[in-house]
Amino acid sequence: MNQENKDCYVVDGKLALPYQYFAGRTGSRFLISLRDKKKIFGVKCNKCDKVFVPPRQTCERCFENISNNWVELSDTGEIVNFSVVRYEGKHLPRKPPFVLALIKLGGADTPMTHIVEGIEPEKVEVGMKVKATFSDEPTNTILDLDHFEPV
Amino acid sequence: MNKKHKKNRNVAIIGVGQTVYSSHREDVNQPEMIHEAVSLALKDAGLTMDDIDCVVHGNMELFEMVHQPDMWHTIGDGAYGKSAFRLTTGGTTGATLVSAADNLVASGMYDVVMAVGFEKLQEGHTTGGITNMADPLWTRHLQTGALTGATASYMIQEFGEERAKRAAMKHRIDMDKHAVLNPNSHRSFGLDYDQMDDLIKNSPQLAGELRLIHMCSQSDGACVVIMASEEKAKKLSNKPVWIRDHITIHREENFSTMFTYDMDERDPTTHRVAAERLFERNGIKDPVEYFNVFEMYDPSSWWGLDWLRDFFLLEGDEVLTMVESDDFKIGGKIPVNPSGGVTSANPIGATAMIRVAEAALQVRGDAGGHQVPGEVNHALASGFGGTYWTVLFMLEKNLDWQKGEQ
Ligand SMILES: [Zn+2]
Repeated sequence: MNQENKDCYVVDGKLALPYQYFAGRTGSRFLISLRDKKKIFGVKCNKCDKVFVPPRQTCERCFENISNNWVELSDTGEIVNFSVVRYEGKHLPRKPPFVLALIKLGGADTPMTHIVEGIEPEKVEVGMKVKATFSDEPTNTILDLDHFEPV
Repeated sequence: MNKKHKKNRNVAIIGVGQTVYSSHREDVNQPEMIHEAVSLALKDAGLTMDDIDCVVHGNMELFEMVHQPDMWHTIGDGAYGKSAFRLTTGGTTGATLVSAADNLVASGMYDVVMAVGFEKLQEGHTTGGITNMADPLWTRHLQTGALTGATASYMIQEFGEERAKRAAMKHRIDMDKHAVLNPNSHRSFGLDYDQMDDLIKNSPQLAGELRLIHMCSQSDGACVVIMASEEKAKKLSNKPVWIRDHITIHREENFSTMFTYDMDERDPTTHRVAAERLFERNGIKDPVEYFNVFEMYDPSSWWGLDWLRDFFLLEGDEVLTMVESDDFKIGGKIPVNPSGGVTSANPIGATAMIRVAEAALQVRGDAGGHQVPGEVNHALASGFGGTYWTVLFMLEKNLDWQKGEQ
């Protein structure tokens, strides 16, 4: 033992605080569609000709309010990039190994991050077509869309 | 110690935007709420985001537990692709944001800077967050967060129970009477002076003689202030409000040294030091005479009452006499918090900016129902944070103080 650190104490601390985040009207409408209709909606900026999913009130590029320009998206999309997660952590949605992918849904311009299951991680490829599987039980989060599986 | 602070160039407030303050904003998420204040400030200044060179953004650490909220919030504040800074300095955050924006413009780095302060206290756990400002070695296990009875206790010792309690409650009711006039207020009860004895006795005690009625609320809301260089301000605005000077006085976060080592020889508070230095370097001999309005960060009525003597350099029981004589009310000698102040709304990361914004509106004559009567040429605004540190602002309607200053 390093003698310079002898008798140097550590005082323990811990943070465990409750939080709740309001989704707002736009975000709530997106969640309700996922939960009740099993449908994925995006919002379109007509000025920039871009469809965002998940939705947002304003276009980050031109700052227009786009929250009412709803567009129904396909529940099928294409993997544009992915990683195989191989470490374990309390914050992770699945036990490793599992696949997190950027999936561009039909009709959307922004790819969305989600879990890909039903395939061995080694076999996942960029360009692969995947389809949404919705959660059986409502979570009232983005995990109402439970995961994607190869078509 | 008190070096002359000369700005590289003059800076004015040219736009102000505020959301309503409320405990019920389930209809908007954080960037959507901020967007409301941003839109109002841009409209007030007659600008679009294209005119904004830089955005400074801030709120309290830990309160909503979002790391780097400024990045999420670009979709609400329009910072995409622009210079942007995030600052978080506790309760003073809003005032620090204005200080920083003023410095950024005065330096010549940016011509038009937008400062954004917000809080959504309903989403988080305020006291949980605040208790973690205490140093984790010696204070965190033994403290009450933002709720402290120490000031009430000192004032009762100094002025006697009856007079001190009545003065604090009188001040509370004065502030509520102002809050009723401000449509953005989170809390305005419509209190009246005949309720004083009842409230002194029956309002629930939080810590010592600090009672629920004395304490600020937990609010949701956002405030935005747009600042510009003199050249730009004169082009863009017909009512620029000049930021004459501001001072920040910092200290250690420690209850043991916060009030005093020795009751007989109390150390000056950071408020007193800030006021003395700011007024001295600007040649202000009598702040009560000089200023036409003061927007003060007063998290509780006891603190508000105590701190008024620091900011106005009052001695003895002057502050009690003044509150008893209605001097701090709208229409009084030196109106304090015509907006209703912090006991009427406290979206913390925005709160200290609201003080500056409201002071600027008073100078412009645009405060609406809570506008103080008469010409407002000189305004004072304070921020408070941690367990004691201070940001203090002087605003002016005209640039005439600079004559002969060279
Ligand atoms: Zn756009």
